[in-house]
Amino acid sequence: MANDKELKDIVLKYVINEYVEDEEEAEEMDFDTPLISGGLVDSFSMVSLKRFLENKYSISIPDDEATPEAFDSVNKIVVLIKKFL
Amino acid sequence: MGYSNSIRGLYQAQLKEIESAGLFKQERFIHSTQAADIEVEFPAGATVKPAINMCANNYLGMSSHPEVIKAVHAGLDQRGYGMSSVRFICGTQDIHKELERKVTEFLGTEDTILFPSCMDANCGVFEAILTNEDVMISDRLVHASIIDGIRLCSAMHDTFKHSNMEHLEEKLQLHADKRLKVVITDGVFSMDGDTAKLDEMADLCDTYDAMLFVDDSHSSGFIGKTGRGTHEKCGIMGRVDIITTTFGKALGGASGGCVSGRSEIVEMCRQKARPYLFSNTIAPVVVTGVLKVLEILSASTERRDKLETNTEYWRKGLTDAGFVLKEGDTPIVPVMLFNAKLAQDFSRELFNLGIYAIGFFFPVVPKGQARIRTQISAGHDIHHLDKALDAFITVGKKFNILGKSKKEIIDMYGQ
Repeated sequence: MANDKELKDIVLKYVINEYVEDEEEAEEMDFDTPLISGGLVDSFSMVSLKRFLENKYSISIPDDEATPEAFDSVNKIVVLIKKFL
Repeated sequence: MGYSNSIRGLYQAQLKEIESAGLFKQERFIHSTQAADIEVEFPAGATVKPAINMCANNYLGMSSHPEVIKAVHAGLDQRGYGMSSVRFICGTQDIHKELERKVTEFLGTEDTILFPSCMDANCGVFEAILTNEDVMISDRLVHASIIDGIRLCSAMHDTFKHSNMEHLEEKLQLHADKRLKVVITDGVFSMDGDTAKLDEMADLCDTYDAMLFVDDSHSSGFIGKTGRGTHEKCGIMGRVDIITTTFGKALGGASGGCVSGRSEIVEMCRQKARPYLFSNTIAPVVVTGVLKVLEILSASTERRDKLETNTEYWRKGLTDAGFVLKEGDTPIVPVMLFNAKLAQDFSRELFNLGIYAIGFFFPVVPKGQARIRTQISAGHDIHHLDKALDAFITVGKKFNILGKSKKEIIDMYGQ
């Protein structure tokens, strides 16, 4: 199973590739960058992020756990994934 | 009184915020018919002055075409003014069905259903044909009306980066398990004037068993060799499952829209689409106008050919003068200024010289991409374009942006 750092790197890479067009902005991102509250990922886009994680790790994240708060940073997302691994 | 002072104050504060953010939209009053030459009152109360219109969706110059006006007069006499009913009670005339047949023929589809507007078509279609077992995968720059339609539908929604086929393919793979998949795009994108890669999208849809949806509002009537739309231009006539389009732009410019495509999908809209079920359809006078427009366009490609020539002339003139344009070959020609204030100042100076073209800036376009969106028409003659070009050059010189790169303009005016 991937360790924490590997998980975080995979999620961060996906988020940057999926949502960040500006290279400078991409370089400034880290595991704590606010994604939803920072306006980077909207509620529509959360759907694809959730699906990506579910497919990648063969898990199922219940809708009531997939809250904007739980998806608000790479660190928080990894905490969420680990609950279901 | 329900509408208390505190409620009034709340709205007044919100309006003030819009105004102080520089986002307050003001209408300009036109005292003439819609055409290349118009009479404009702006700001409100100012003396009416003549101007050349460089920002209408009147791509084929049909808005005030004498044959269309004549047909509409006759239609008004024969079928009256209003229907006072939705379609399925007593609001369908023979001419509504005739228009549906003619549009089907023109677009090369299986069937068509009319809507009060294309906004309504886009708001109604997804909810009518999809459920929560399905997914909609849309280009990130689709029109606002599609976004609203998506919001009204219970199917899952995902997006792909603008015109990025690799990203679209990733998304089709990600959602492979969904019952139905619909790939959603504009045919020609209204802000940048670029054309969707419909041929590649149709291939991907075949590979991944997805339906293809195209809003061809900025294409129908003039894109493609005979003006049928982006599906003709991209060589995929018959392979787009759902086309929505408007009669409010090139096809007469009055109002109305439609869903055209697979017969079962059209029938599902007739049974379930709420804007169709709960609103009167297009007024009879407008129907007779659109029928005449389609008759004229089907008989000759003269107008779309003239539009193509005008567009090439305009693009070349601006490029030679040293403006930065968004690349493309459609009659939507954005002149890039990057800075919001510069775009507004530029537009005002143009108007002083008798040229009517509007500045677009955030949130209508992304930050740092402010522009004057010019739109060419078959109603323009070369003298209109020459006069407009002279004005653009005069104002361009005044702001010292001719021959300057994007970076140089941003260095001077900011983003």
